[in-house]
Amino acid sequence: MSKRKPYVRSMDGWWKKNPYFVEYMIHESTALFVAAYAFILLVGVVRLGQGEAAWNTWLEALKSPLSIVCHLVLLAGAIYHTYSWFKILPITMPPVIVGGKKLAPEVLTGSALVVAVAAGLALLGLVWRIAL
Amino acid sequence: MTKIRKRSNAPIFWGLFGAGGMLSALFVPMMIFITGIAIPLGFLLPAGTMSYPKMLAFAQNFIGKGFIFAIISLSLWFAVHRVYHSLHEFGIHAGFGAKLLCYGIAFVSTVVSAFVLLGLGF
Amino acid sequence: MSEQKIIEIEVLRYKPESDEAPHSEVYKVPFTDDMSVLQGAQYIKDNFDGSLTFRWSCRMAICGSCGMMINGIPKLSCETFLRDYYPNRISIEALAHFPIEKDLVVDLSGFIEKLESIQPYIIPKEPRTIEQGEYIQSPEEFNRYIQFTSCINCTLCYAACPQFGLNPDFIGPGAMALLHRYNMDSRDGAAEQRMELVASEEGVYNCSAVGYCSEVCPKHVDPASAVNINKANAAKDYFLRFLSPKGGSK
Repeated sequence: MSKRKPYVRSMDGWWKKNPYFVEYMIHESTALFVAAYAFILLVGVVRLGQGEAAWNTWLEALKSPLSIVCHLVLLAGAIYHTYSWFKILPITMPPVIVGGKKLAPEVLTGSALVVAVAAGLALLGLVWRIAL
Repeated sequence: MTKIRKRSNAPIFWGLFGAGGMLSALFVPMMIFITGIAIPLGFLLPAGTMSYPKMLAFAQNFIGKGFIFAIISLSLWFAVHRVYHSLHEFGIHAGFGAKLLCYGIAFVSTVVSAFVLLGLGF
Repeated sequence: MSEQKIIEIEVLRYKPESDEAPHSEVYKVPFTDDMSVLQGAQYIKDNFDGSLTFRWSCRMAICGSCGMMINGIPKLSCETFLRDYYPNRISIEALAHFPIEKDLVVDLSGFIEKLESIQPYIIPKEPRTIEQGEYIQSPEEFNRYIQFTSCINCTLCYAACPQFGLNPDFIGPGAMALLHRYNMDSRDGAAEQRMELVASEEGVYNCSAVGYCSEVCPKHVDPASAVNINKANAAKDYFLRFLSPKGGSK
């Protein structure tokens, strides 16, 4: 008669026990910030479809201090999303071979972040040109 | 005994998640800054940048329409995928109902934005 | 004359024949700067409680036997040193996410089954005779898989992976690293066969890119990369399977 009685430990609160996992949960949560902004845009699009008056109401609402503060918070979350997304790029992308050697993770992340900044600035430039 | 394995349907949601994560990582910070901070405060960009005529023209433009649609829709497919999986990580075994709710939100938002954007004409 | 240093080692003990649940016991272990945590456990077994049970073999970080949670982090106890924790207490526990058989020994049978299930051997693209001679492999072809051959089956990556902890059916990082090793070997032709596992509900999509597996791997295998590269492969297979009669995984 076997004396085996394997004990299965609980996974409750697993992510609180290791700083690596705490950071993981934080960067996962940035999706909520992105979602919140997407909903704001969605409301905007619906208002645009409802005509000038509706659109202007939405536009005015964006000027309120509450909206500005919210957007600053969303901005922080979105920036962290960008940073953490590219930080895990060396894991999620196949290895990049340059000159016969695998590209170091820091180089890959660094390059991707440069591209992200450039993309943002390009967008700003484009909007600026359209605005004028 | 050969185990019959079920193929996962995850690739669909994973693909949308990846596209949305990448697009939002590249453009959402600046979008938030432009639409939520700069223009409302009249900082860096002229206050009339998002006036109704200008925005309508942008949304009627093929590329503008596509961009708005992509940002809204893909960002949401990205976010709901993460939220659904985070439920599992928090120990909430929410099952099919939660999956339907999460992906349903992204689906409905996609349909609504497509409907409105197409309705604005070209 | 230098004083004998004593470090407190807290061990999660569990005797299946008499305990309902694991419980901690603290041992005061005299140590020298060259002693590993494994040697600490051996000291406890030799001097305090002969029933303390743990796996070990080579004591030089190549056999993969001595993995355990050291202050909550999966490590090989033979290459972790008591001096780095002194004067604080060290707590050691069986590898996370596996059922505890006894003390620091876990049930690895699930892991072994997963290794067997991926067909971890070269399955040639076409039958090859001795007369055809050896396979010729270029340095570039060699570099595509060699990193994944370093795995010593220590299962620290499984102890690190929360998705495996939440779903023990997940094929997991180590088995995927080995699977990827064979798929990437130019001598092998069975990527399609292995795809069934990769694309299944127990396959790669359980992974949420936490990346901790690659952090803890003592041999720098980078199992996270092996898993995530195969998400794209499985997606290709999923979407292209109706186009080609043999499926899209090639």
